[in-house]
Amino acid sequence: MEAVLLGMVLMLSIFLGFELISKVPATLHTPLMSGSNAISGITLVGALMSASMGVEMFANILGCIAVAAATINVVGGYLVTHRMLGMFKRKTTDGKAGVRR
Amino acid sequence: MSAELINTVYIIAAAMFIYGLKDLSSPATAVRGNLVSAVGMFIAVVVTLFGQEIVEYQWIVIGVVIGSLIGAITAQRVAMTSMPEMVALFNGSGGLSSLLVGWAALYGPEASTFTLITIILSILIGGVTFSGSVVAFAKLAEVMTSKAIVFAAQRLVNAGVLAALVVSSVLFVLDPSVTSPYLFTVIALSLALGIMAVIPIGGADAPVVISLLNSYSGIAACAAGFAIHNNILIVAGALVGASGIILTQIMCKAMNRSLGHVLFSGFGAAKTATVVEGEVKPINVEDAYLILESASNVTFVPGYGMAVAQAQHVVRELGELLQANGCDVTFAIHPVAGRMPGHMNVLLAEANVSYDQLVEMDDINPRMSNIDVAVVIGANDVVNPAAREDENSPIYGMPIINVDHARTVFVLKRSMSSGFSGVDNPLFFNDNTRMLFGDAKQSIAALIAEFKS
Repeated sequence: MEAVLLGMVLMLSIFLGFELISKVPATLHTPLMSGSNAISGITLVGALMSASMGVEMFANILGCIAVAAATINVVGGYLVTHRMLGMFKRKTTDGKAGVRR
Repeated sequence: MSAELINTVYIIAAAMFIYGLKDLSSPATAVRGNLVSAVGMFIAVVVTLFGQEIVEYQWIVIGVVIGSLIGAITAQRVAMTSMPEMVALFNGSGGLSSLLVGWAALYGPEASTFTLITIILSILIGGVTFSGSVVAFAKLAEVMTSKAIVFAAQRLVNAGVLAALVVSSVLFVLDPSVTSPYLFTVIALSLALGIMAVIPIGGADAPVVISLLNSYSGIAACAAGFAIHNNILIVAGALVGASGIILTQIMCKAMNRSLGHVLFSGFGAAKTATVVEGEVKPINVEDAYLILESASNVTFVPGYGMAVAQAQHVVRELGELLQANGCDVTFAIHPVAGRMPGHMNVLLAEANVSYDQLVEMDDINPRMSNIDVAVVIGANDVVNPAAREDENSPIYGMPIINVDHARTVFVLKRSMSSGFSGVDNPLFFNDNTRMLFGDAKQSIAALIAEFKS
């Protein structure tokens, strides 16, 4: 039964994902990719669980590397997306002061 | 903390991811969206840390410190021209993480067959994503050749690897154990498959591959979610998977090629374009200046060459000078210009070009005949009229920016050589085309100097 519920969640998320992403303009496709990279770092949640089971040394090491890899995604992804989005500006007046002709 | 409470918090985090993506629909709200999404992630992580019966913290601390350092330093240092490489690497670390989460889940409580299948999927997709992304990174960073690597019986070998992968996965699920040789076979074969899948793809097809790997990293997270029965992984993974698939579709459509064609064949093997002959008409900087000076409508068409020449800042400056001269300036961007979706937009935004000046192919084409000068900088295939006219051309049918319909076309080009796909470009021989030979950055700097004197 649980598998069916998880499948339901998956189905709804896919449709929602398609609706949301198709509204992102082409200009923002690179930040969309780095931002979704950050979101896929959600495996960190899973990695945290496996790094802390404390059953076997080897599982802990696997978990530790998984935590590191996912943290790269989360931290790096959100920071670089923030940096990039900060560059997208709209100028209200055309032609800036200080332009000589 | 009870499981109900944790899952309630996960619902809030999921809502924040969704809201964050919704805000990405406009550059004006996108920064806020990214922050909302980041806060959602923070909440999800914190509640996981406090909620589980976590026995050993030291492994988590080590992992988080290493990951944060690498992530933060790369994010701060990376140049905007190198974004494709970085996204490829991040896709790879997402894949690696899913592989390891799946693997570690085998050490957890006894798993049902369904869970085992999802565990093996998580390992498999994670492995393909990881090694595929590493190869994509190496190609983009030009650590290895960016050309397509094709050899005889390639499809046969790939099919063999895939078949062996399926068989060993099934055998593993039938008799699961953490020391099973089939487990290690699955890991090794999935890594091999990732490499095999990406090497036959050429540099110009990089936008498709990078989008597809983006999607895989999401699907891998989704599978990991099933493996450990975690809703938030499934929701977030599905959102990322959908995002990657949509981008892949857009890229394929913009090249008029099916995904299968991009993945399984090197470019242009089947057809040879009609050889175009003619005489190119070079122009010098002084004459180009005179034409630009009297133009009232100019559009710049950037391609990967602009990124290579690092010319985006001088292009912006020339644009501003033209605007001050009373000229209407736009930047027309083809969906597959550059090495990843939206690559040119980010470079121009970095150079401080206002985002409402960045126009898409479908918006500029209908008004191309009103454009006085179209300036092509480091782009080739995306403005090649052969895509429209020459049925023998390998790129026939690909939608292009119709710069040849503008009154005058300037093509900034280092020398006369064909573009990435090796296609001759009849645009260069058109009556209204003028070639401005030389380094794009230096040519534009020279034009700026003319404007200022």
